[in-house]
Amino acid sequence: MAAQDVTRAQESNKTSPLYDPRVRSIFFQVLLVLLLVLGIWWIVDNTIENLRRSNISTGFGFLRGRAGFDISTSLISYTSDSTYGRALLVGILNTLVVAITGIITATILGFLIGVARLSRNWLLRKIAMVYVEIFRNIPPLLVIFFWYLGVLAILPAPRDSIGLPFGSYLNSRGFYFPRFIWEQGAWLVLAGLAVGIVLTWFVARRAKVRQLATGQQFPVFWTGLGLIVGFPLLGFVLAGFPLTLEFPQAGTFNLTGGFNVKPEFLSLYLALSFYTAAFIAEIVRAGIMGVSKGQSEAASALGLHPGKVLRLVVIPQALRIIIPPLTSQYLNLTKNSSLAVAIGYPDLYAIGGTILNQTGQAIEIVVIFMVIYLSISLLTSLFMNWFNAKMALKER
Amino acid sequence: MKHIITGILGAAALGFAASAASADTLDDIKAKGFVQCGVNAAGLAGFSAPDDKGEWTGLDVDFCRAVAAAVFGDGTKVRFTPLTAKDRFTALQSGEVDILSRNTTWTINRDTALGLNFAGITYYDGQGFMINAAKLPGVNSALQLSGASVCVQSGTTTELNLADYFKANNLEYSPVVFEKQEEADAAYEAGRCDAYTTDQSGLYSIRLKLASPADHVVLPEIISKEPLGPSVRQGDDKWFDIVKWTYYALLNAEEFGITQANVEEMKNSPNPEIKRILGTEADTKIGTDLGLTNEWVANIVKATGNYGEIFERNVGTGSPLKISRGLNALWTKGGLQYGPPIR
Repeated sequence: MAAQDVTRAQESNKTSPLYDPRVRSIFFQVLLVLLLVLGIWWIVDNTIENLRRSNISTGFGFLRGRAGFDISTSLISYTSDSTYGRALLVGILNTLVVAITGIITATILGFLIGVARLSRNWLLRKIAMVYVEIFRNIPPLLVIFFWYLGVLAILPAPRDSIGLPFGSYLNSRGFYFPRFIWEQGAWLVLAGLAVGIVLTWFVARRAKVRQLATGQQFPVFWTGLGLIVGFPLLGFVLAGFPLTLEFPQAGTFNLTGGFNVKPEFLSLYLALSFYTAAFIAEIVRAGIMGVSKGQSEAASALGLHPGKVLRLVVIPQALRIIIPPLTSQYLNLTKNSSLAVAIGYPDLYAIGGTILNQTGQAIEIVVIFMVIYLSISLLTSLFMNWFNAKMALKER
Repeated sequence: MKHIITGILGAAALGFAASAASADTLDDIKAKGFVQCGVNAAGLAGFSAPDDKGEWTGLDVDFCRAVAAAVFGDGTKVRFTPLTAKDRFTALQSGEVDILSRNTTWTINRDTALGLNFAGITYYDGQGFMINAAKLPGVNSALQLSGASVCVQSGTTTELNLADYFKANNLEYSPVVFEKQEEADAAYEAGRCDAYTTDQSGLYSIRLKLASPADHVVLPEIISKEPLGPSVRQGDDKWFDIVKWTYYALLNAEEFGITQANVEEMKNSPNPEIKRILGTEADTKIGTDLGLTNEWVANIVKATGNYGEIFERNVGTGSPLKISRGLNALWTKGGLQYGPPIR
């Protein structure tokens, strides 16, 4: 009797699997995965079926076709006889050029304005504030149009170009400056540069070791500058000045010869830099203000002068706060570069759009867009995460 | 569990069957009560542009009204989707619009790889160049454009012809490519480019919008064939036939002198061809075979007039563009417009 009671009690304790939280959670997870897979399968299948019905060819084979259109700005050789794949590559490179130059300029400008916002000088502080409030509150497309139609388009026509020093010119077709043409022996200059950089690296390491051991400092910056400039100069002289300059000349319609930076690139680059700099300035200000006042007071108490307090104590700590949101701004700038299409700068999005229209391969092109922008963004994040880890507080 | 999966699979199969692009466009249009027509977003005067009351007007627009009149007997049962050159094919392929009537050039690539069917050539055009003669005196031929910056719209046949023409003639140029026509117009006006290139009809239309149209000249060279016409999706022959025969009906109406003004009295005409066209022949099945009513041609002409009337009103002598019929005259008058017989 007693034994039977015990087993009954155990049975009633064992809940039905329907109410077992473990079983239920597994069931719902499996269900979710199944729904997801079915959903994706459904979309893919539906797409293929629809494409088949409307007789649209599919696949990435079209990338080998002849592009047939010209591109005004290209880092690599490209003609209308090149393939669609190469046209896309030109677009990717153009996107990277504007993103990288934009990021560098925006960072420098942003740091300067961010520091200016905390300046003791009233005028400087207010100017920085007005800058931030204006550029932060205007859509980037408007900033681009401002530069393109408001500033660069009203420059004089090519035949009335504004002459600038060193044989460069500014007109409504962009900025022209002399092109360097290297002749035989130019490799000596490059070799000099490499030697200079390597030597500077050794000097810097040696100086650090010495400072740690003896406390004596060494003017690394000036020595490095001397090495990096001096060796290429030496190479230049040894090779017998292997350089000629090609100056821009007036042609029938435009200036010919020389190097031409087109207004499309200039306005996009300036707009993205100015726009993003406003955000970076705020991030920098937040970073600096995030370092407690006691830190700089303590540094001053040690006898460091204000410049060194900023450089050695405040900035390294502020960077920890600055870097993660800075990454987002870099990604924003890269993605905003697709606004180039509005002013005719041939970036990835603009060229991809043209190819889409010539070939009708909408799905393939959009997939390419997604993959490339994703890759650029992930690489940027990867680099910034590495930099962040390097800058993070090292607890000893 | 097995039952659940089968159930979901069944639902998915149903769902995808329902959402795949429907094969019967005419039934869909009748069900929703209007024709969805893709037109030029930039406003190309004479082809598709909103007038001062916000009503769409133009040759491409009137063609859509004619199709609506053929289907519903009412030329107002049409809605317009403004499209850029870049979006137009995707909009048609995805079923967002039923007809694309947006000064689009008929090419083999678009007919095959893009999955379109062109219903005819409503305007025979060719690509040309426009320059600011006030700023560039002495330039009177496209062959003098070596070294010029040329404004062009992206994703058009124009962009490709431009590359071919300069390459074939060994001329240098620098393309400035815009996605939207308005942007290209603004850049040309601001002096960013020396020349503007697009279809000649487009050049005349864009010139009207410039600040001082008299300063700008269209150069004489025509560097390409640009047969412009409406297109539909591949895979629905019935709808393709309706759009195609709407175009031919407009041409036949002009050929037989049926106009917006005289269409009612023409119904009593003793001429058997006119009776056949207007559906007053005894026991006629021409309209119903097409999936429409036998009144379809009469409805089209009542709504928009015949092809000649549409042309004159929008781009011809009755319009600011003042383009002569040229290649677009009927075959009987030395042009290329030729409608197969309605019988």
